[in-house]
Amino acid sequence: MATTFDPAFTNSTQTNAQPLLSLRAVAKHFGKNIVLRDISLEIAEGEFLTVLGESGSGKTTLLRILAGFEQATAGEVWMAGERLDTQPPYRRRVNTVFQHYALFPHMTVEENVAYGLRIAKRPSSEIESRVSDALAKVKMSAFARAKPSKISGGQQQRVALARALVNRPRLLLLDEPLSALDANLRRQMQGELKALQREVGITFIFVTHDQEEAMVMSDRIALLRSGELEQVASPREIYSRPATAYTAQFIGHTNLLKADVRNGVATSGALSWPTTAPAGAGLFSLRPECIRVADSSAPPSETSLPTTVPATVRLRAKLRDQVFHGANELLRVECADGQVLTLRTSTRPAIDGNGELELEFSPADAVLVRPSEERA
Amino acid sequence: MELLVSGSVPVVQKSRWLTVHALAVFAFLYLPIAVLIIYSFNGQGVGGFPPRNLTLNWYRILFQDGPIWDSVLNSLTVAVSAMAIALAFGIPAALALDRAEFPGKALFRRLVLLPLILPGIITGLSLLMLFREVNVKLSLVTIILGHGTALISVATTEVFAGLQKLNRAQEEASLDLGANYWQTFWRITVPNLKLSIIGAALLIFTLSMDEIAVSFFLIGRDNTLPLEIWGRLRRGITPEINAISTIIFVFSLAAIVLWYRLRVGGQGTSQVGAELTENTIAGCDSRV
Repeated sequence: MATTFDPAFTNSTQTNAQPLLSLRAVAKHFGKNIVLRDISLEIAEGEFLTVLGESGSGKTTLLRILAGFEQATAGEVWMAGERLDTQPPYRRRVNTVFQHYALFPHMTVEENVAYGLRIAKRPSSEIESRVSDALAKVKMSAFARAKPSKISGGQQQRVALARALVNRPRLLLLDEPLSALDANLRRQMQGELKALQREVGITFIFVTHDQEEAMVMSDRIALLRSGELEQVASPREIYSRPATAYTAQFIGHTNLLKADVRNGVATSGALSWPTTAPAGAGLFSLRPECIRVADSSAPPSETSLPTTVPATVRLRAKLRDQVFHGANELLRVECADGQVLTLRTSTRPAIDGNGELELEFSPADAVLVRPSEERA
Repeated sequence: MELLVSGSVPVVQKSRWLTVHALAVFAFLYLPIAVLIIYSFNGQGVGGFPPRNLTLNWYRILFQDGPIWDSVLNSLTVAVSAMAIALAFGIPAALALDRAEFPGKALFRRLVLLPLILPGIITGLSLLMLFREVNVKLSLVTIILGHGTALISVATTEVFAGLQKLNRAQEEASLDLGANYWQTFWRITVPNLKLSIIGAALLIFTLSMDEIAVSFFLIGRDNTLPLEIWGRLRRGITPEINAISTIIFVFSLAAIVLWYRLRVGGQGTSQVGAELTENTIAGCDSRV
């Protein structure tokens, strides 16, 4: 499958300079098992890129290739104009924050952070000041003399971050660093990590299986599926313009509508809406929050959407069930033809005597996606 | 309440028998040692019950006994040298087993353990034949070589167990931070294996100190302590032997306690202890 580059992003961010990191048709086989195939990707200086994928999608292998712990079976990796994948891990200006931090248990926090600088034989006055700066940056100065076993998981995480950043790498790799933390701490660390990345300006490649985390933190998301790049785009783009059915379902929830397109009109059961999609069978993704409870008092079209298509499509559906989520509610409704849709709304829907409600969506929100075949 | 109590009676009885049984086993194991220790203080020599006239006289005689102390020195020399040899070969073997892929690895793993299982008589006899064949005169050196090779397996198993518990991500982190493989080995791998290495060293030391079977075949003119004791026993038991045995017992106990403390304190799992006890038992079996 071809890699989907988002043209909008390419134009806005990557035209001015050559990319920091460039992966060219990288593949990795373990025996007969193909873990990665044909990964081509360019990453800009200072970018926060998230490699998102389910377990077994190959995201950790990709990271290990960049760090130098695995050799790519095919393809090349270039960083700042130099071949990276032929270098041993200790010669790469790449540092890693490991999933379980991998702090050295026989060294104090301070010694852990100083390790890279000591190996690089920096003068001791420089080591001292850089280590204390790094610890201050992650708010761990008070624990400088503690052993890693004596500090909490969140604190170990910060130390691992400081230990990597103190070396001023060109590229920082983070392998699910938040997965071992509890939900609240995790959310807090997401924010801190993002802020830290902005502050130091180092390119981050962050690996996670958590799509929400990816959405919150990244400049761009590279969605990996069974060893292939499914889509690479900004969170907003990948959410609102998913390229494939898999992307649409993996990132957020969606309604997938199997439609038949003829003369610029897509028809799916009782629903039909105008579309620019080519004629024939088409699969459309319609996000739950794009379906609104219609305001029956207002006329159907009064929004500022393009005038060539009607602003909204109206439908009537029966309420099946309703789940309260705090800020909004998820409703499952059934259309006249039996098609079930999920929608998200923050207003209490008005239900008539038949248990039906009036809904609407903008045709522009029904996004044509490529069907995703089943894969192992 | 009464119901509960009456219901639990059979359980109580059962556990009482269990206690008696356990006590009997302990008595069987430790009574001889206790008798040995007590009689080393017995004023009337080896005979007589109950022991009378407690005395330190036998210890006084022991400390003036030149040949015994020569043999103690010999044993210490042998044990320390055997420890060095076993570690020098055992640690690389453990590393190879843990990380390298080579043809015949499975066979190698079993062969390395063989000296643990092999009766000391076989090891001793085969080494004796080897030294005869190459015309090496029997001496402390041959005993050192014998102990050193036989105990490589102890070093290998101990260090291999340590390597298996080592978090490989730590080594990767070290490489990631700019240390090459050699620096990583010395700064990360070895410090993490420290406990295993010390444990192996202590175990090898104690096993070598009381080894008889292999030593018996390879002995030259200088006796090791166990052989000196054994030689004297042929002329009859003296309380002096009890005294030196008591001293050996105390030192062995101290070494084992120290070693166990290190392992359990360092790794915090009882499983480690169990595993090591198994190793020790296997090690002792082959030599007793």
